[in-house]
Amino acid sequence: MSFLELKDLRIHFPTDDGLVKSVDGLSFSLERGRTLGIVGESGSGKSVTSLGILGLHKGGRARISGEIWLDGEELVGASQEHVRGLRGKKMAMIFQDPLSAMHPFYTVGEQIIEAYRIHNDVSKKVARKHAVDMLGRVGIPQPERRVDSYPHEFSGGMRQRAMIAMALSCDPELLIADEPTTALDVTVQAQILDLMRDLQRDFNAALIVITHDLGVVAELSDDILVMYGGKCVEYGTSEDIFERPEHPYTWGLLGSMPRLDREPTERLLPIKGSPPSLINVPSGCAFHPRCAFEERTAGRAKTEVPELLETEGGHLVRCHLTRERRRAIWENEIKPNLEAS
Amino acid sequence: MVTYIIRRLIWAVVMLTIVSIITFGIFFLVPRLAGATSESLAARYVGRTASAEQVKIAADKLGFNDPLIVQYGRFAKGIVAGADYDYGPGVEHCPAPCFGYSFLTRLPVWPDLMDRLPVTLSLAIGAAVIWVIAGVATGVLSALRRGSLFDRAAMGVALAGVSLPIFFTGIVSLVVFSYGTPFRITAPGGSFTPFDENPAMWAYNLILPWITLAFLYAAGYARLTRAGMLETMNEDYIRTARAKGLSERRVVVKHGLRGALTPILTIFGLDLGLLLGGAVLTESTYSLPGMGKYAIDAITNQDLPKVMGVTLVAAFFVVFANLIVDLLYAVVDPRVRLG
Repeated sequence: MSFLELKDLRIHFPTDDGLVKSVDGLSFSLERGRTLGIVGESGSGKSVTSLGILGLHKGGRARISGEIWLDGEELVGASQEHVRGLRGKKMAMIFQDPLSAMHPFYTVGEQIIEAYRIHNDVSKKVARKHAVDMLGRVGIPQPERRVDSYPHEFSGGMRQRAMIAMALSCDPELLIADEPTTALDVTVQAQILDLMRDLQRDFNAALIVITHDLGVVAELSDDILVMYGGKCVEYGTSEDIFERPEHPYTWGLLGSMPRLDREPTERLLPIKGSPPSLINVPSGCAFHPRCAFEERTAGRAKTEVPELLETEGGHLVRCHLTRERRRAIWENEIKPNLEAS
Repeated sequence: MVTYIIRRLIWAVVMLTIVSIITFGIFFLVPRLAGATSESLAARYVGRTASAEQVKIAADKLGFNDPLIVQYGRFAKGIVAGADYDYGPGVEHCPAPCFGYSFLTRLPVWPDLMDRLPVTLSLAIGAAVIWVIAGVATGVLSALRRGSLFDRAAMGVALAGVSLPIFFTGIVSLVVFSYGTPFRITAPGGSFTPFDENPAMWAYNLILPWITLAFLYAAGYARLTRAGMLETMNEDYIRTARAKGLSERRVVVKHGLRGALTPILTIFGLDLGLLLGGAVLTESTYSLPGMGKYAIDAITNQDLPKVMGVTLVAAFFVVFANLIVDLLYAVVDPRVRLG
């Protein structure tokens, strides 16, 4: 069994308007030292997935089913107290906006010390030294001075570094980064990505990077999972997704990604329409109302939910188009357009 | 930090000076606008049997014919350094801080006020402890169990609490718990035992006014805390705290409540400051000889020096409480820049 395994995970939220199926039958596995990128638009269920793994999906109201295995332990149905003991220690999370994700009234040091001391029975002094070490390790200059600064006294990039230091303080084996660079300046984004790559190698942790930005996953990921409407629509290695993508939604994402190797005059190719409502998910393939190739499925896309099937060597695609047809479309219609410029 | 404190202190002194000018202005000008003359004012000091000539001399000696600014200067000097009053037959020294003499009892105002202070202090601080604990605890629980029976019941009671005036809840409480035979838990109001004399009697005599006063305020604090907690518990940093593996209690108290504390602290300072100047309604309802009762009596008797004294002391507490809140604010919220 892999280090982390999700099997048919479903997280549904009953609301007054109906059942919100944020995550609807998601399965994947991840080994230590590997990085999985989860990509999708807002509302595709990627953040809920990560919160679900940590058991932070607003417990009372959500209905969670399926299995989450972490290092041989089943987390769905495990006691709250047990999962709490794993949080921060075995699995940690880096959040999107470090300014709002850190408590404004406590110093950065206090917050790291707190995280460290919950899971390690050490004196404040030892914990403080550890906090300084961690801050140094994530590249914060003068850590013994900065440890007493408040989050608002840090720049955005430094704050995200401090957030990373806090997440790594207990040496977690699974690290989930939810949009780790979205709130940062472009110039800082690359630094943070470099840092995360280096640290992941040092800590040999399993890393999940959740983002809407294919550029970020391209930098970091070994494997990529594309989510749409709470479901995985395509899964494969980084190479599979960038070189041989087979799902029309993935094509759309690639087309809407700005690239330096394209002419500035070239227009991006945005995906038309907007992400589906998770309450009234479109019938059949959830992507069919936005899909340019829907009519080539002989109407199946409108009525039948496609299966997630292996196309070759661990590359999974959820699409009614036949494999040959998908490849032909990619080679003849999509790829030339992406490269045309 | 030091410059910040000094700046706030200077500001507090300026505020008090302004308040004293306005108070002085009102109380010395208003009677004149109403037709009083220096002589009729002086008559209050010399007694009814005095001749017109004696009154005129007294008015001169008391300085009622001096320009207003001189009179204010004398008044301010009395507060800071003490004053000498020349009645004719002899000079009486009024030690600082001198707020003058009561028209009615001819006793200096300040010692009288200071006699009343422990009552008001006991009442206000005791009630404050109760209302902060009860209000904040109720607010936190309500926020955490939002929409539950407890939440709705607590908010219903809180609404009643903020809406019902003291003279209603106070009298009801007296009828039920003091005069009413079945639930008699405390003596009828009117008796105050100093804390250092007998702490048990002190608390026993104050328990009803404490609870009545605390009920009024706790209700507001419960609503304020609930709103604040609902907001902070949705903050990203609460999710971070949970992701660290903190126990829920720690998440709520150390991270949630800490984030919601600032507005509560602000309101608390203002409320307590106002109350220290005299909980007028509570003291009247329970016949407690505090500053509020003192103020009411002074106003009813048109005893101007007393009214001015109690006004300035009340103003002092409000300004002082504001000063403390400002300083605490910087401690509670490090984002408040000092300097």
